[in-house]
Amino acid sequence: MKKIALVLGLIGLSTAAFAQKSATDSIAEYRQMLQDGNPADLFEAKGEDLWKQKRGPKNASLEKCDLGKGAGVVKGAWVELPRYFADTGRVQDLESRLVTCMQELQGFNGEEIAKTPFGKGEQSNVTALATWISAESKGMKFNLSQSHVEERKMYEVGKRLFFMRGGSHDFACATCHGQDDKRIRLQDLPNLTKNPGAGNGFGAWPAYRVSNGQMWGAQLRLNDCYRQQRFPYPLFGSEATIALGVYMGVNGKGGEATAPAIKR
Amino acid sequence: MKRQYSIALSTAIVAMLTACAAPMPTSADLDKLTQDILGRSFRAEGQAKLDRLNPDEDNRLCAESDRTGVALDAKVSAEIEARNMKTIKAPADGKYLGDFKEGEKVAQSGAGKTWTDKADSVNGGNCYNCHQISKEELSYGTLGPSLYNYGKIRGVTNPNSAESKPIVEYTWGKIQNARAYNACSNMPRFGHKGVLTEAQIKNVMALLLDPASPVNK
Repeated sequence: MKKIALVLGLIGLSTAAFAQKSATDSIAEYRQMLQDGNPADLFEAKGEDLWKQKRGPKNASLEKCDLGKGAGVVKGAWVELPRYFADTGRVQDLESRLVTCMQELQGFNGEEIAKTPFGKGEQSNVTALATWISAESKGMKFNLSQSHVEERKMYEVGKRLFFMRGGSHDFACATCHGQDDKRIRLQDLPNLTKNPGAGNGFGAWPAYRVSNGQMWGAQLRLNDCYRQQRFPYPLFGSEATIALGVYMGVNGKGGEATAPAIKR
Repeated sequence: MKRQYSIALSTAIVAMLTACAAPMPTSADLDKLTQDILGRSFRAEGQAKLDRLNPDEDNRLCAESDRTGVALDAKVSAEIEARNMKTIKAPADGKYLGDFKEGEKVAQSGAGKTWTDKADSVNGGNCYNCHQISKEELSYGTLGPSLYNYGKIRGVTNPNSAESKPIVEYTWGKIQNARAYNACSNMPRFGHKGVLTEAQIKNVMALLLDPASPVNK
């Protein structure tokens, strides 16, 4: 912990002294120094346990959960999500798919989980599961399917949502994430409309956030984007957030999965 | 067993046929689908009510242009600018500049209007998120142009003078409603959308135009 505080202090100093040095460089250095201790490891271990543990009203594990590559296949699943699932008739991302499995296999109430605040109860378990599952695809390349018409429709909807200006400030996702080499304050902003930004940005979540000591899944990441955009509250696993996931994931095709990452 | 197999097979055929037969909807249908999905995907929280999703014609036109990469027709741009120009009102007391120190506070603050902000809290201008302003603040964004030396570069030595009037009025209008000058500017419409009060805008004006402001040193 002392090491973390020291490194953070150094980042503070270095950004103050060299404003031109990109925040990404500093964070990359920081990440390098934390190689042996990304706190995401703890969530990863918890997620793996949760996958194998018999839980819920049906006292079953998630080991038969189909994340898109067949029942129980975890490795490589995340770099192909969101995708269309015939059993639910919907395009689902990792987190919403996990809730489906928790409902179908373990007997949990999916609607209740979706309504639970982030970081609480079964929601924190969904985050831990997503952390482990994404880690199992670490280093693999994004390769989302666009073969089903529903997947293509969600891409187009995601694109429309990405450029939609609204709220009190007329902000769209594109306001901050539609150009190369821009930053907000000192924070570099990935261009999410194409690679490398889309793969880097989308491929980093779930991530451990140093600033608040929390593990954030992609759903919470998008939720907080919309909060800062001054939009109303996007529901967990909503079609809007999944469509944005399809848009960014398809744009990030060929980009490397780095989750679970560590963020400022 | 045989019956089960044939049901499974016919389900598979139906699924295949559906997948093949379902064509991509038209762009207009996708616009409609996006609106439907918006309606199902959000809930009101705190001061962030669902009306914030309501389509605004200026935003709809600009978003479509951003998405398709096709620049707006010059006539349409001019119409957007004219609509937004009508919303700009000169200060009631005729005074355009307030206190630059207070303006710096407005420029620094990114607070306000989110669902975690109290509705009666003081909003910030988020200025440093996108612009360099004073030389002392190193933590500035690059989404907008640098505003360092804003008044000095434009030759404003006395903001109350007749020579300074056009730039003072333009700056006032730009902060009130940036879309009056650039149809699809990314800058929030601080006055028009009620993000900043008239007094706050006067203070930001002073930060940019007062020769005594650190911005013009």
